[in-house]
Amino acid sequence: MIERLGAVVIDRVAALGDFVVFLAQALFCVVRPPYKFRLTIRQLRSIGAESFFLVALIGLFTGMVLGLQGYNTLRRFGSEGALGTVVALVLVRELGPVLTALMITARAGSAMAAELGSMQSTEQIDALSVMAINPIQYLVSPRVLAGVISFPLLTGLFDVIGIWGGWVVGVGLMGAPGGPFINGIRQNMGGHDIATGIYKALVFGVVVMWVCCYKGYNAERMATGVSRATTNAVVLSSVLILMSDYFLTSILL
Amino acid sequence: MEATINNNGAGDAAIVVRNLRRRFGRQQVLNGVDLACPRGEITTIAGPSGCGKTVLLKHLNMLLRPDTGSIVIDGLEVTKIGERERDEVREKFGMLFQAGALFDSMTVFQNVAFPLVELTALGRGEIADRVAETLKAVGLQGMENKFPSEMSGGMQKRAALARALIRRPKILMLDEPTTGLDPTRTHQIHELVRATQRQFDLTAVMVSHDVPAVFEYSDRIAFMHGGKMEINGPVEQVMAAHNEKFELFLAGKASGIDGPPAAVAS
Ligand SMILES: Nc1ncnc2c1ncn2[C@@H]1O[C@H](COP(=O)(O)OP(=O)(O)O)[C@@H](O)[C@H]1O
Ligand SMILES: [Mg+2]
Repeated sequence: MIERLGAVVIDRVAALGDFVVFLAQALFCVVRPPYKFRLTIRQLRSIGAESFFLVALIGLFTGMVLGLQGYNTLRRFGSEGALGTVVALVLVRELGPVLTALMITARAGSAMAAELGSMQSTEQIDALSVMAINPIQYLVSPRVLAGVISFPLLTGLFDVIGIWGGWVVGVGLMGAPGGPFINGIRQNMGGHDIATGIYKALVFGVVVMWVCCYKGYNAERMATGVSRATTNAVVLSSVLILMSDYFLTSILL
Repeated sequence: MEATINNNGAGDAAIVVRNLRRRFGRQQVLNGVDLACPRGEITTIAGPSGCGKTVLLKHLNMLLRPDTGSIVIDGLEVTKIGERERDEVREKFGMLFQAGALFDSMTVFQNVAFPLVELTALGRGEIADRVAETLKAVGLQGMENKFPSEMSGGMQKRAALARALIRRPKILMLDEPTTGLDPTRTHQIHELVRATQRQFDLTAVMVSHDVPAVFEYSDRIAFMHGGKMEINGPVEQVMAAHNEKFELFLAGKASGIDGPPAAVAS
């Protein structure tokens, strides 16, 4: 009994070690030549193409909801003028990075896990190894790098469209004052708020690519291997996004 | 008769395997494999399916590590070497996986050109010429722009063979190159492997179920059974030895050591 428990613990620790080593190798291969610029650009294109409209759409509606809820709440205190500040800060500091990361996970991250999983199960990854091509450098590093670049950009897109959505609903539809909406944002949103959002996006970019690549890369060679890898990748990414968000927020406040 | 293993010739054998053991869980798949593949010859490994032929090849190309035993390739013990040395050895290899392992996001042309694009400094024109020539040799001219998913299993296998040959490897490993091909194609592939082997004087290790047809194109036969090489030697010698298990296998009556059917086509 204790022996079995011990075996399980050792298994888990070994798996965690694997997981960490995987990221270390991927990051090491980002800085080690030969550089894979073309592959990185291809990954950027596919993350962008897959997630652009989704991120924009979710950003728009999130901003619109914030405009609506914010207006109704602030009106009770007679401070409709703060609407712009509230919408912008909530988006830039919190909802922008988190929801963008979740959307990219759902779209591009799951596709990535499925793609690498199928490459694993059909021995394409082994084929790379036998050709003396480092599969981590060829497959994983470009994806991690593309994540680090694309997450902040897509988060920025989310924020801008979200603030516009909040303005359309709050000012355009509900009649909050338009001048204070804009001026509030100008006066109250500082570099620190923007930096917080960017740091979060960078961390989420690494986490999501790390998890999705790891799960796909280590998919089991069974009929259900790829689908399990994909599901696990999405679930674990989502959990880690929200958990690391809490810790990042408490550090960056 | 004793297994005829060319022990004296470690110097002129491209691959020497000694007492290789590997288990998966409770299953002892390789149980003391000995094998010598002389340079410039085709060694064909035959044996009931599930007996560990693919596992053996994956040890030779260092995708798997043995529990114990030794593998010497071109004079270098490879079971314990580091990553850089391993990749240097692998530069000599061309490998055809049992299920092809073509990159399914790439066209046939891109697949076959891949090793040249990634690992050599050849120019575009030269790469295109080499690819066209190799595709012609495997009978896939005109298929350059097809994706693997648009081709039959046999065509995929031939494309994978072209990819294995494109870099003119010194050591060619083929895992069932002709399974799933019609007799004419099978004959062509055998001829091609033989011709390539002669032209570039390469060493080939081939797993094949096309017995006895394949023997005509082989220099040596290794018959694997129960996790070991039951016999291993020049074709005529092996055929003359009248090994009982081997003859049963040839007659299609071999009792494999088939464990549970493999979950994957590995
Ligand atoms: N990675 C693995 N994990 C566990 N068992 C494996 C693995 N690879 C192969 N096996 C088992 O080893 C045995 C030999 O497989 P294989 O070498 O593919 O046979 P074949 O001679 O038909 O090529 C099979 O029973 C298979 O289930
Ligand atoms: Mg096999």
